[in-house]
Amino acid sequence: MKSLRVLVVVPCYNEQRSVAAVVNDIHWVKTRFGLSLDTLVVNDCSTDNTMAVVRTLDCLHLDLPVNLGIGGCMQAGYKYAYRKGYDIAVQIDGDGQHPAEGLIKLLRPLFDDQADVVIGSRFLERQGFQSSFVRRIGIRYFRWLNQLLIRKTVHDSTSGFRAFNRKTIEIVNRYYPDEYPEPEAIVQFGLHKLRLLEVPVLMEERQGGTSSIGWVQSVYYLFKVTLGTLFVYIRLRKI
Amino acid sequence: MQSLPITIQLFSIVGTLIFMAFIARLIVRGKLREEYSFVWIVCAIILLVFSVWRDGLTQISRLLGVFYPPALIFLMAIFAIICFLVHLSVVNSKLQHSIKELTHEIAILKKEVMDMQTPGTMVQTNEKQSNLT
Repeated sequence: MKSLRVLVVVPCYNEQRSVAAVVNDIHWVKTRFGLSLDTLVVNDCSTDNTMAVVRTLDCLHLDLPVNLGIGGCMQAGYKYAYRKGYDIAVQIDGDGQHPAEGLIKLLRPLFDDQADVVIGSRFLERQGFQSSFVRRIGIRYFRWLNQLLIRKTVHDSTSGFRAFNRKTIEIVNRYYPDEYPEPEAIVQFGLHKLRLLEVPVLMEERQGGTSSIGWVQSVYYLFKVTLGTLFVYIRLRKI
Repeated sequence: MQSLPITIQLFSIVGTLIFMAFIARLIVRGKLREEYSFVWIVCAIILLVFSVWRDGLTQISRLLGVFYPPALIFLMAIFAIICFLVHLSVVNSKLQHSIKELTHEIAILKKEVMDMQTPGTMVQTNEKQSNLT
């Protein structure tokens, strides 16, 4: 179990208040379970002091010179994981909504080689923060879309709390959706015939920063993700 | 339809020539890449042809069964503009993709340079160990 090297990627955009707690949390889990784990904070060109805070922490960090959005930000982390030969890459958002205790639950199926992609879901056990009503409707819609396209049920398709094994890292190293990547990536993984697994985790309401999705953007989000999903489906259907 | 008065014909020929010269100047100065200038040169040539061939528009309209010749101009112009806009969107998407790739490279290189400048930190040793395995 200890031989596998894990990279935790923490995407950050203006998270100066929460990022330190997130990194310390990960560190605590690392020492407690004796994992061979590195933390990589990817600063997506924040306009506040996130970078200054990150420099004081005991972690690796990438500093993007241009704001790329969450997808491009995560892909930078995955590329890094690919090049440095990590076996597992985990995404934990920098706003503190994914408590690091869930990390071990995410990693176990990968250590045991039971799955290629493990997604932390807040809906399997219905504990912790359950997200807003509007967002739950959106999540339900994406669940239906995923079932339709790849015949797999992912309950929490917008969850950003996910872990990939080496095979998946190689795939996202080549292509990862740009904006709002989570539901689209699930279809991508499904079509690459990866084994998806959902595990129940607790989620909290964000501690700092603002959501990447405001009220006005909800409709845009829905259209963008639907289009992106459909095009990924058309592009990858043949493989 | 009456044929056009000679003054407007002169105006349009001179205007088209100035436009062509302007495009040529942009290319010479390196402000416009050749692949994008192509469409503008073709445009200018078409304009020039119709400036010289005074009856052309009316004859083509009659041939196509278009009752009102200026409608044909609008149709063609709008079609050409839409095509060019799509082309620009494609170029834009390509640029965006390149910027993303470059940003990733810069970020990773920046990290490597930083690591070389400040050796011996805790994170560094950690990483070196993991690189060995």
